[in-house]
Amino acid sequence: MPLIVEQRILAPRVSWLRVAAPEVAAKAEPGQFVMVRLDEKAERIPLTIVEADREEGTIVLVIQEVGRSTADLVRLRAGDTIRDLLGPLGRPTEIERVGTVVCVGGGIGVAPILPQARRHREVGNRVLGIIGAQTKELLILEEEMRAGCERLLVTTDDGSYGRKGLVTDALAELLAEEQAIASVTAIGPVPMMQAVAELTRPYGIKTIVSLNPIMVDGSGMCGSCRVTVAGATKFACVDGPEFDGHAVDFVELRRRQSFYREEERRAVAAAGEGCRCRNA
Amino acid sequence: MPERVSMPKQPVEARRRNFDEVAQGLTAAQAAAEARRCLQCKNRPCTTGCPVEVDIPGFVRLVAAGDPIAAARLIKEKNALPAICGRVCPQETQCEAACVLGKKGKPLAIGYLERYAADCERAATREGPAVSARPDGPQVAVIGSGPAGLTCAADLARGGCRVTIFEILHAPGGVLRYGIPEFRLPKAIVDEEIRYVESLGVEIKLNAGIGQLYSLPELFSLGYEAVFIGTGAGLPHFLGIPGENLNGVYSANEFLTRTNLMKAYLFPEYGTPIKVGRRGAVVGAGNVAMDAARTALRLGAEEVTIVYRRSRAEMPARAEEIENAEEEGVRFRLLTNPVRVLGEDGWVTGLECLRMELGAPDASGRRRPVPVPGSEFVVPAETVVVAIGQGPNPVLTRGVQGLALNDRGYIIADAETGATSLPRVYAGGDIVTGSATVIAAMGAGKKAARAILRELKR
Repeated sequence: MPLIVEQRILAPRVSWLRVAAPEVAAKAEPGQFVMVRLDEKAERIPLTIVEADREEGTIVLVIQEVGRSTADLVRLRAGDTIRDLLGPLGRPTEIERVGTVVCVGGGIGVAPILPQARRHREVGNRVLGIIGAQTKELLILEEEMRAGCERLLVTTDDGSYGRKGLVTDALAELLAEEQAIASVTAIGPVPMMQAVAELTRPYGIKTIVSLNPIMVDGSGMCGSCRVTVAGATKFACVDGPEFDGHAVDFVELRRRQSFYREEERRAVAAAGEGCRCRNA
Repeated sequence: MPERVSMPKQPVEARRRNFDEVAQGLTAAQAAAEARRCLQCKNRPCTTGCPVEVDIPGFVRLVAAGDPIAAARLIKEKNALPAICGRVCPQETQCEAACVLGKKGKPLAIGYLERYAADCERAATREGPAVSARPDGPQVAVIGSGPAGLTCAADLARGGCRVTIFEILHAPGGVLRYGIPEFRLPKAIVDEEIRYVESLGVEIKLNAGIGQLYSLPELFSLGYEAVFIGTGAGLPHFLGIPGENLNGVYSANEFLTRTNLMKAYLFPEYGTPIKVGRRGAVVGAGNVAMDAARTALRLGAEEVTIVYRRSRAEMPARAEEIENAEEEGVRFRLLTNPVRVLGEDGWVTGLECLRMELGAPDASGRRRPVPVPGSEFVVPAETVVVAIGQGPNPVLTRGVQGLALNDRGYIIADAETGATSLPRVYAGGDIVTGSATVIAAMGAGKKAARAILRELKR
C-alpha cells in the first residue's frame, strides 16, 4: 500500500502529501491524475499529480477538505498508508515551446497549475503566473509558483495579501498589457475557469481548463464524468481532464458537480455522529 | 421420468428490498434426484454446448452418486469458476439446449447442479488441489481480471506459466465484481473462486492500468513472453438524445459500479453515494438492464420501468432474469423508443418516448422497430439508467503500433486462438466480440491459453 513519506499543512484544511508510488512517478506527466481510495469503505476520488519525482519514486498530492472523503485524506500523516492508488490517468498536457504563456491557479487549483508552469518553463516558454485565494491564509504554494514563473501576480478576494480582487482582474490587466500571449491555462473552481474563458474569448487566445467532474472508476468505464465540449459528450477521465475552455459547457458541469450535494451533507453528518467504524 | 427440479428462491416481497442472493441453491436431496435424471448419453451432446469443455455427464454422475466435491474437482479441471458459471451462464442456450431430455420434456438442470457441486466444495474445503506454476516457467501477462482473463490465467498456470494479471480496479473480477449484482452473484463467491485461481500460482496486480502504467510493448521488455488482453467492453454507450447529461441519468455501468464495486447501497457507512428517485426508467432489455432495474428497486424506487424499442421476443436478457424482474414488480414498456430525456432545473423528470411497431427484418435478423408517427408519450422518472451496451475502451490500444482493430475499435483476433496482428499478443472476450456473455469470454480465454502454451513451447 502506498506510504505517505511526508506531509505538510499548506493552509487550513489543505494538506500536501508526498506518497511513495514509484511506478506511477515513473510515468506521470503534468496534467495527469490518480484515483485514490483511502480504505475499504472509502470513495474513489480523483487527485491531480502535483509533482512526480522519478528518482525518489514519489508523487505529490494536494487535498482540500470539502467533504467526508477529503476530510479523511487531510487527516493523514507521514507513516500512514493509502489503500489504493491508480494512475497515471488522463491525457498529459501538451506543452510545447510557444512563447509567452499565462498559468492561472485559483484556490486549491494552484497545486495542479504548478507542474504546468514548471514544464512550460523547462521547454523555454516565458511563464506569467497568476494565483489567488479568498484570503491570505488560504493562499498556497506561492514560493514554488514564484520560482516557476517569470512574473507572478497574487490576488486575494479580501485584499489581505497581494492585490485585492479576483485572479480574473489580474488576468484582464495582463491581457491588456501583453501583446503576444500564446495560451492561458486556468485551473480552479468552475466559476473561475468559466470567467477566465470568457475573458480570453474576445482575444482569441487558446485557453485550456482542467475539469474536475465527479468520477467513480477514472478509467472510462462509467461515464459519470461526462462533460459537453463543443456540443459533444466527452469523458473527462479518458478524453481529458483538459479541454478547450472556450468550448466547455460550464453550466452543465456545475450542475452535474452538485448532483450528490445532499448525500455529501449526510456523509459529513454521519461522520460527525461518531460513525467512524472504518478508522477503528 | 421425474420433473425437472425448480430453484428455491427468496420470497418476492422480501427479496425486492434486499441485496441477498435470490436463488437459494438446491438441497442435497434435490440435487441427487435431479442428477439421476441424466441419461448419460454416449455421444454427450451437452458437452458440445459448453464453451469451456466441462465433462458434464461425468460431474453429474458424481453428484448422483452423492459425491459433489469430486464433481466440483472434475469441473475445475476445465473451469476454474464453477460457482460463478452455475449462477450466471445462459445454460438454456448452451449445454441445456443440447440435452436430450429437452426433446420430450425439460432438460437436465445442469447449471443448478454445477452450482450445487461448487458450493458444496467451497463449504467443505478452503484449498482446492492446487497445482503451482513452475518457478522457471515462462512469464505471461494477462490484462484484465474478468472472466476471460481469469480463465486464461488459470489454464496458463496449469500449463506451467508464471502469470501476472494486471487489473485496473482495486478489486479483481471485472464484470463479475462491478457489473453483476450481489443478489445474483454474491461477491463472497467471486472472492473464493478468484482465490482458487491465485492458488494455482497466478499473481494479481491491482490498480494497474495497462496503456498508462505500462504500455503493451513495455510488458515484453519487463520479461513477459506473451500477453493476453481481456479488458472487456468498458466504455458505456449513451443514446445520443437530448437531455442525457441531466442530473439523474446514469449509464448502467455507473449505476451498477456504484452499487456493486463501491457498495453504495450501504451509504453512508461506505463513502460512495447513489441517488434513486421514486420512479426509475431503464433503457434496454439485456441482462444488464434487468440487473439495473432490480437494483433500482432494492435501492428504494417504488416504480421501475424497462423501456425497450423492440418486442418481448427480441429481449436479449435470459428468460430467467426477465421472470425474476417481473416477479419483483418491474414494468415493461416494450416497442417504446426514448427520444428525449425531460428535465426541470437540470434534474430528470421523465423520458419522452415514441411507440414503435415491428417492420421488416434488419441486419440482425430481428424485425426492425419503426416509430409510429404522433405517438409521443412520457414515462415519468426521476432516475434514468441507460443500459444499451458498451464499446471498447481506447486507453490500452491508443498509440499501440500495429494492433489491428475493426471499424468499431474492437481488437481483431482469431476465433480459434485469440491471436492478434501482433506476435505473442492474444485477445479474447468482449474486447474482441463486443458485449457478450461471461461464458463466451471464458471460452475465448481458454482457447487463447491453449494457443499461448503451444506458442511458448515452440
